[in-house]
Amino acid sequence: MANSENAKTSSASFLKNLVRNQCFIPVAALLLLAVFNLIADPSFFRITLGYNSAGNPVLSGFIIDIINNGSELAILAIGMTLVTAASGGQDISVGAAIAIAGSVVLRVLCGGNARPETLQAPIIVAFLVACVVAMLFGAFNGVLVAYFKIQPMIATLILYTAGRSIAAWINNNELPVISDPKFAYFGGFIPGIPIPTPCFIAIACMIVIGIVLKVTNLRLYTQAVGINQSSSKLNGLNPEMIKVLAFVILGLCVAVAGLIKVSRVSSINYSVIAKDIEMDAILAVALGGNALSGGKFNMAASIIGAFVIQCLTTTLYKFGVSSTALPAYKAVVVILLVVVSAPTVREYLNKISQKMKLSKEVA
Amino acid sequence: MAKTDKNNASAGKGLGAKLAGMTDTNLLLTITIAVFFLLYIGAMVFLRSGFLKPQTFFNILNANAALIILACGMSLVMITGGIDISVGGVTALVSMCCAVYLDYKGGNVFMAVVIAILIGLAFGAFQGALVAYLDIQPFIVTLAGMFFARGMTTIVNTSPFNVENEAFVALKMTRVNVPGLGSVNKLGKYVPAYVEIGVLVALLVVIVMFVLLRWMKLGRNFYAVGGNKQSALMLGINVKRTKFLSHLICGLLAGIGGFVYFLHVGSGSPSHASGAEMDAIASSIIGGTMLTGGVGNVLGTFFGVLSLNTIQNIVSSVGFDEAWWTGITKAVMLCLFLVVQSVVMSVRKKRNAAN
Repeated sequence: MANSENAKTSSASFLKNLVRNQCFIPVAALLLLAVFNLIADPSFFRITLGYNSAGNPVLSGFIIDIINNGSELAILAIGMTLVTAASGGQDISVGAAIAIAGSVVLRVLCGGNARPETLQAPIIVAFLVACVVAMLFGAFNGVLVAYFKIQPMIATLILYTAGRSIAAWINNNELPVISDPKFAYFGGFIPGIPIPTPCFIAIACMIVIGIVLKVTNLRLYTQAVGINQSSSKLNGLNPEMIKVLAFVILGLCVAVAGLIKVSRVSSINYSVIAKDIEMDAILAVALGGNALSGGKFNMAASIIGAFVIQCLTTTLYKFGVSSTALPAYKAVVVILLVVVSAPTVREYLNKISQKMKLSKEVA
Repeated sequence: MAKTDKNNASAGKGLGAKLAGMTDTNLLLTITIAVFFLLYIGAMVFLRSGFLKPQTFFNILNANAALIILACGMSLVMITGGIDISVGGVTALVSMCCAVYLDYKGGNVFMAVVIAILIGLAFGAFQGALVAYLDIQPFIVTLAGMFFARGMTTIVNTSPFNVENEAFVALKMTRVNVPGLGSVNKLGKYVPAYVEIGVLVALLVVIVMFVLLRWMKLGRNFYAVGGNKQSALMLGINVKRTKFLSHLICGLLAGIGGFVYFLHVGSGSPSHASGAEMDAIASSIIGGTMLTGGVGNVLGTFFGVLSLNTIQNIVSSVGFDEAWWTGITKAVMLCLFLVVQSVVMSVRKKRNAAN
């Protein structure tokens, strides 16, 4: 009798812990989407091995699409989570910054000529230059936020407004096209490997950030600054520095995402590349259950959140929603999510469940 | 208002005492108006060409009447400590709905205005309820609002088209001459300067909002809630209701602004007013509204819109007329104002603490 009661309470507490875990909401959302797709059309999960135009084996299917296209978003979510945690605000310039980073990559590779026969510089050099540029822009945002105490959303509004113009200016408003097939590896497939390269890049980024968070004090310091800036200062941290660092790390993520984005098409369209991706990245962080007002964060939850967003996007595409109408559906999902996770609504739900329990006990 | 700031400008840097005595709102307002007049007078003196014609100024007004209205709503929400980034999307949705209603359904202009206002109010009420009563961050709520409005616009109609409804075109073409101002054209004929109907609406909105924010109890409540929510609550202000009303009014203005925009361009298109929310935020900030809440003035916002567009005109008439300069100029201007605001405020804070 007592044993069964114990088992009951332990299973109940296990459930409670599961629900309390920050990864619960994004994983539940992912499962919900998966179940929905399973019921609506099981072919959603089919993965086929085919050959692309170059005769290399490639995997294709909706699941592969989600993992492939979600890579940039997951990479951005890493940086966005840190920025959100440290500064209590979001960077809305990532889309524009990706345009800049991509433009820099192409500019270095082309060396001023819009249709180069051969690459003018090694790809790694172009990528490193893009990293430096993107980190500088990140530092610019960070300095405005940390030292001039401008709200992150507004400080990054500057780069949001100027970014795509700067990107066009870097390449003299030309649209360079890279014909070297090697450049397309980063956004496509490496010959012989059927899994899209962006997945590997995203996994590499996740491993790096995982190690960094485990080995260094980055997590502790970022959370300390986000929770209470003045008390972190009293404890000997330099909150300004840490905020700038968060933005610089986001800059690095932007450079990686930018490389993938331009590599996908081997070219660039300044006004379309990475359009609205800032919104998706912020949503990924919010979906991960991280407080948008800063403080504690859960990196894994954010990354899962990114794939939830991508899964939703792909599902909607599959059901014939046009890309321009897509935002309306996304908005409905977002509103539902935030309403359910709003503290007032949760309290209300808790009260109801408690009342039900009470009435049960009385009975 | 312009007089005092000219006096200030002529007194140079020796007017510290006078500036220190001003409230935050008035100080930032003074800076904005001074900058606008400096810009415009500078352009008149050094560039001459177009800027000497009164019509150049009124063209800025004609093209930006809708932005003025949107920015007024934005300022109100920002004063209350929130933000509304759905206004651009609502503008696009309103113009598309009105266009479809007028052309495909053969509706009349009056009902189109009603539709515009209803759409704006619906967005304002829904977003306001979520922000005020459910305590969700305004950024996320209005972000979803923007997504929704943009998506709905293409669901209503995917392709852009011009409206040919006669009554509407007549209204669109209506020009109100400005008494006493005009210029002589190349043929030696006197052409009076004109404004469109939208400008009159925009001016009316600015005046109403100014009166509301300065002299009415509700208006003062907005400042109180934005300045310090806790003390506003202790003063017996209904904080939730005030927040809700700020979003509701912003939505209403987005609806009106959407119609004025529609009246100016005369067409419906999903890409209309793209980035308008950012322009509205930028104008409000240049106009001296602070995102932290509690500080701001719609008069400043009005001049913010004008400054933002004057500098764009200046840059393009100097010869930087490639498309990308518009974005870069806007950003540089925004950056300058943000840094100046931040420095001025921190200096004042230090001085206040010392006193």
